Amino acid sequence: MTAVLEASGLGKRYGRRWALAECTLAIPPGHVVGLVGPNGAGKTTLLQLAVGLLVPTSGTIEVLGARPAESSAQLGRVGYVAQEAPTYAGLSVADHLHFGAWLNPGWDNHMAEHRIEQLGLDPNQRARKLSGGQRAQLALTLAIAKRPELLILDEPVASLDPLARREFLRDLMQAVAEHDLSVVLSSHLVADLERVCDYLIVLCASRVQVTGEVEELLATHHRLTGARRDPSTLPAGQEVVEASHTDVQSTLLVRSDTPILDPSWDVEQVSMEDLVLAYMSQANNAERGRQSSLSALR
Amino acid sequence: MIRFTWRQFRTQALVVFGDLAVVAIVLAITGPHLVHLYNTTVATCGAHGDCSAADSAFLKNDRNLQIALEALVVVVPGIIGIFWGAPLVAGELETGTFRLAWTQGVTRTRWLAVKLGAVGLASTAVAGLLSLMVTWWSSPVDRVNMSNFVSFDYRDIVPIGYAALAFALGATAGVLLRRTLPAMATTLVTFVLARVALTHWVRPHLITPVHLDLALNPASTGYGSYSTLFSSSGGNTLQPSTPTIPNAWITATQIEDKAGRGLTTQYLRSACPKLGGNGGPGGGGRGGAGGSHQTSRVSAGAQQVLQDCVAKVGKTFHGGGGVSARQPVLGFPMVRAGDLPRCCPPSGRFLPLVGPPPPLLRRSAEPKRHPPTSNTSKVG
Repeated sequence: MTAVLEASGLGKRYGRRWALAECTLAIPPGHVVGLVGPNGAGKTTLLQLAVGLLVPTSGTIEVLGARPAESSAQLGRVGYVAQEAPTYAGLSVADHLHFGAWLNPGWDNHMAEHRIEQLGLDPNQRARKLSGGQRAQLALTLAIAKRPELLILDEPVASLDPLARREFLRDLMQAVAEHDLSVVLSSHLVADLERVCDYLIVLCASRVQVTGEVEELLATHHRLTGARRDPSTLPAGQEVVEASHTDVQSTLLVRSDTPILDPSWDVEQVSMEDLVLAYMSQANNAERGRQSSLSALR
Repeated sequence: MIRFTWRQFRTQALVVFGDLAVVAIVLAITGPHLVHLYNTTVATCGAHGDCSAADSAFLKNDRNLQIALEALVVVVPGIIGIFWGAPLVAGELETGTFRLAWTQGVTRTRWLAVKLGAVGLASTAVAGLLSLMVTWWSSPVDRVNMSNFVSFDYRDIVPIGYAALAFALGATAGVLLRRTLPAMATTLVTFVLARVALTHWVRPHLITPVHLDLALNPASTGYGSYSTLFSSSGGNTLQPSTPTIPNAWITATQIEDKAGRGLTTQYLRSACPKLGGNGGPGGGGRGGAGGSHQTSRVSAGAQQVLQDCVAKVGKTFHGGGGVSARQPVLGFPMVRAGDLPRCCPPSGRFLPLVGPPPPLLRRSAEPKRHPPTSNTSKVG
């Protein structure tokens, strides 16, 4: 089966700064993919490359087996809600639905109107008078009603209050279940993604740090606590993601495909948040290391 | 995509086409009256003899409306470029809605093509309709004025071209600057510059001008200097009057001998020592308005000195070697059916049609007649 999103050596440079570098990914279909990373990590860049709003500086990207935005058919297969969910401020909710119908061959008007009704939006309300949550819901409706195979959402809940956040994600999951969609959504908050995602991409410092199915990631990462010990003495196949030490004790976050049997360690399950934070701090340390070696060279 | 464009654009379109309808009503009310006046006064003036009086009396009708219409035809294409062209893409880029528009099931190429096509077509339609109405309304005035080159910018298809230019400038500025307000300002500036450049630097070179030699007329040749934004005659010298040729654009007048040499200050000084100024301080009023109302303030003696001088220059150049003082006229013949002068039967093969150039040019092309004013004292 074709990957919903396949990138190879993908990079995007703005001036001298790489917003995204050496990104190689293959996301299998049928997942709700969480793209997580701190602000400025390159999440928006990756998603805009995927919908064809940006053109890569290096490498290639294919979405559903085709170049992004190469044809109207391709555009119709991908639903996209940009950051801040832009809408035409001066036009009404009904106008936006008309847009969707006029511009998308596969538009499902019945579904769109049903969703608007369910959300309790007034079709004659102008978009500028909608709340942030309502605007996000309107944008999501536009993206879902075109009946895409892949839905790409860039920070869809960032501007929403906790209640609206929960409702939005619940609606999203309902749509995913009903229409057999693949979804990629980004967020800088792991908590948003934890409930809905079954696939994870951690993007940090313009680079992909880790990617895989959530279940598998959680099964292969372990928190080890024990007497202070040099991480380099671990057996092969146990990769240290994060290490912290006190005078007498070491705490390691380790990736290992085989169970940890060493009785000198206390082995604990990790949460998604632990895992993401560990990879983020690893990336930050690496980045700091690169920068200091760079300044040392100067 | 066309319906989408129309929904986004319809409010502005309705406002503008509504305004056009108002203009149409005003013109429909006043136009027939103008035609009636023309038929009863100018068209029959031949029978009573005094056509120039009838002409000038006729041109005073609806003078303010004429001026307003010309201004409207000049301004509307620019306004369209600023308010329709500049925000077309810049508005989407500025508000971020391009991320919504360009991820629907329509390719960006098609999106841009339809937007440019539809709004561009509307722009040219507005200018075209306005020009059509104004051209119709002004036709009696134009027949009397005999000045196709003055009205060139305000009639027929020219405003359509300007509207297309302004719209293209606006859309391009919007794409490049990505912000609506700076794009609008840039459109205004570039459009004005483009118009000035076209009128002053491009248009004079489009057709090879026709040269016309005329004898110097002592009664209408003045003395002094002039300057405009674009040219200056330098020191004080003899200034030939611009001949009146219907529907011709007179781009330059000059005094020269048969070999094409211009009249030098040295020659003029030796020929007419009594003529004051000679380019020194206190010479002829720079850029001052010439004309008959000033003539009255000049002493008869000064007038006489000038006229003698012109006659002498003409005579001296004529004498002996058979050199004649020439006054070449560079004009563009412009043929338009129905614009043949009413009074003048076609004389010879070349019939220059339609009068003086557009306003800005007219100043540089028409050397002002300067019966000496400030240098009167020196002359007298």
